[in-house]
Amino acid sequence: MALASETPRPRTWWRRNQQRLTPWLFLAPGMAMFVFYVIYPIIASFRLSLYDYDGLSAPEWLGLANYAELWTDPAFTTSLYNNVLWLVLYLLAVPAGLFIAIFLNQAVMGIRIYKSLFFFPFVISQVVVGLMFAWFYAPNFGLLYNVIEYFTGKGVAILADPDLATYGIIAAGLWPQIAYVMILYLTGLNNVAPDQVEAARLDGAKGWKMLWYVILPQLRPATFIAVVVTVIGALRSFDLVSIMTNGGPFGSTRVLSYYMYEQALSEYGYRMGYGAAIAVVLFAIMMVFISGFIWKMVRDERGVH
Amino acid sequence: MLHLRTGAYAALAVLLGTTAMAQQRTLNYYADFDPAPLAAFEAAIADFEAANPDIDVVLQNFDHEGYKTAIRNFLTTDAPDLANWYAGNRMAPFVAAGQFMDVSDVWADNGLDQSLGSALASMTIDGKQWGVPYTYYQWGIYYNKDVYAQVGVEVPATWDAFVANCEKFSAAGIDCLTTGTSALWPGAGIFDYLNLRTNGYEHHMKLTGGEIPWTDDSVRATFAEWAKVQPHITENHAAIDWQDAATLLVQGKAANYVMGNFAVAVFKEGGMTDETLGFMPFPTINPDVARAEEAPTDTIHIPAGAKNVEDAKKFLAFIAQADTQTKLNMALGQLPINAGSTVGDDPFIKAGFELLSTTPGGIAQFFDRDAPAEMAKIGMEGFQQFMVQPDQLDAILERLEAARSRIYK
Repeated sequence: MALASETPRPRTWWRRNQQRLTPWLFLAPGMAMFVFYVIYPIIASFRLSLYDYDGLSAPEWLGLANYAELWTDPAFTTSLYNNVLWLVLYLLAVPAGLFIAIFLNQAVMGIRIYKSLFFFPFVISQVVVGLMFAWFYAPNFGLLYNVIEYFTGKGVAILADPDLATYGIIAAGLWPQIAYVMILYLTGLNNVAPDQVEAARLDGAKGWKMLWYVILPQLRPATFIAVVVTVIGALRSFDLVSIMTNGGPFGSTRVLSYYMYEQALSEYGYRMGYGAAIAVVLFAIMMVFISGFIWKMVRDERGVH
Repeated sequence: MLHLRTGAYAALAVLLGTTAMAQQRTLNYYADFDPAPLAAFEAAIADFEAANPDIDVVLQNFDHEGYKTAIRNFLTTDAPDLANWYAGNRMAPFVAAGQFMDVSDVWADNGLDQSLGSALASMTIDGKQWGVPYTYYQWGIYYNKDVYAQVGVEVPATWDAFVANCEKFSAAGIDCLTTGTSALWPGAGIFDYLNLRTNGYEHHMKLTGGEIPWTDDSVRATFAEWAKVQPHITENHAAIDWQDAATLLVQGKAANYVMGNFAVAVFKEGGMTDETLGFMPFPTINPDVARAEEAPTDTIHIPAGAKNVEDAKKFLAFIAQADTQTKLNMALGQLPINAGSTVGDDPFIKAGFELLSTTPGGIAQFFDRDAPAEMAKIGMEGFQQFMVQPDQLDAILERLEAARSRIYK
């Protein structure tokens, strides 16, 4: 047979390693993008945070002086405190979203319309939400201001009061965030096994016990995602602060991301190095949460297999 | 030929432009005009091109706020031949970084130190001039004449009379002094004038130049004057924009407003007329101090990376001319800097021209142009806080002083 007499083709290096190399080749474009757009900027920010740089003159080496200054900077302390406040209060979106979801999870005429109406705030841009709440709070013509004035005789301009302004902004942020969490839980509730609910009911479970021991454990994946998006949403809060107060009155509503922007890129400051140092701190805080989430996800995945 | 272009269209325009008009020299001009000034400048550029048919000025207009960030990028990367900016310390970072070109020869060749004499000091750094000013406008107190008549008080000439009036306005439920410090800067106008009237121009320049400590007794004296009117300032100023405060004046809920002349347009849009809107110079506090005024100056510069320097200097000389500035500022509704220019019939423009041309003390640029940007930001936050929490004065001044010792090295 002609075929048998043919000598076997020499096995090239490519043919020998094809199996092992192909996945990496497919991954290469994505990895290149990741290195260029994520890893490199992180390293560059770290490096920049060690310099005094205004974007025009030559950078000047400072060592850790930027971080030392952060330590004594009252504006940085305020921003950090506000970020913690955001984080804690923003998590209220999770129980609030859950209860609205449970409330809406029933078969009534036109329930889809109600669901969409509750979901509506999440569809609007954050900028619009910020503007609406700024007008809601506004002295002289704002609805809330006038309502308070009607009942107490004296209006309260939330955004002009350094003690209240941050709470006012967080309330504005919670509005769309609750809607987002609600939609996550509504999809989760669709997957709750009806037979288990039925069985629990036969065993006499109802009310809080039913919710705590039967429904919530089944909603675990939804809860996880809701907490992740809420924590990240709280840490990257920027747009609402920028729209509603510009960090004011006199810097009392600043958060880390806004302070970084102010120091590095706004009209009144071009301290790129100092801004980068703030960004590094924010990154470190985020990394704590992100590594926690990733660790949990990896663990769960291992558990499945 | 005048191109107005944005985005991707720009590249196309350049391509077509260079092939169609190969014999012409282009002058790239980056600016940040609002619509009305833009129209005024288009007319001025058309005149310039008529006088110099071999030069094609290509104006690229930026959003006003975005420009402040953009200029830092384009000066270092892709510099135009001409760029808008501001006088005083605001141009100092670009001069120090070698991004603006020395244009002292334009001043010397055209006798500008005479004709633009009032702006010479604010255009000079290290004994050289770094750009050409084309317009400025006065600051002062705009007031509602109806409210003055309603409460029955006279327009005050001294600070004591002003404060006495404030008591009466407050008793009538009217904000004596209004402002909207949501964007911070309107509060700085009040501080500038209080300090100019209490300590004078020299002191103010030294303070914004970092030579006087913020904890100094002279600065405390200024804040002591401020404390007298603090209870009569619109209460929620920290949450409102300057336009909202203007509305309060229009509606008769406020009597006085320390503002720049650009606010007149807003007052008039709100329904005020020359009969109901008044303008007065900021009243005298210390009679021994020479009267100084505040008049922010807008300027044009040649970036160090400009390609067509010769024609750019020609354009600067053209913009400095008396007739160009007359025409330009008629359209802008502002004041020309050239002493040979004339002004329009508007009573506020005439008042401003009178005020500035007779100023014995000196002309300040405004706090955020006289002080370095960082100091300006921290200072203006301090002013806003003082108007809300006057009892925090010591903490505020110490914070500003700490910033001063860090920023001015």
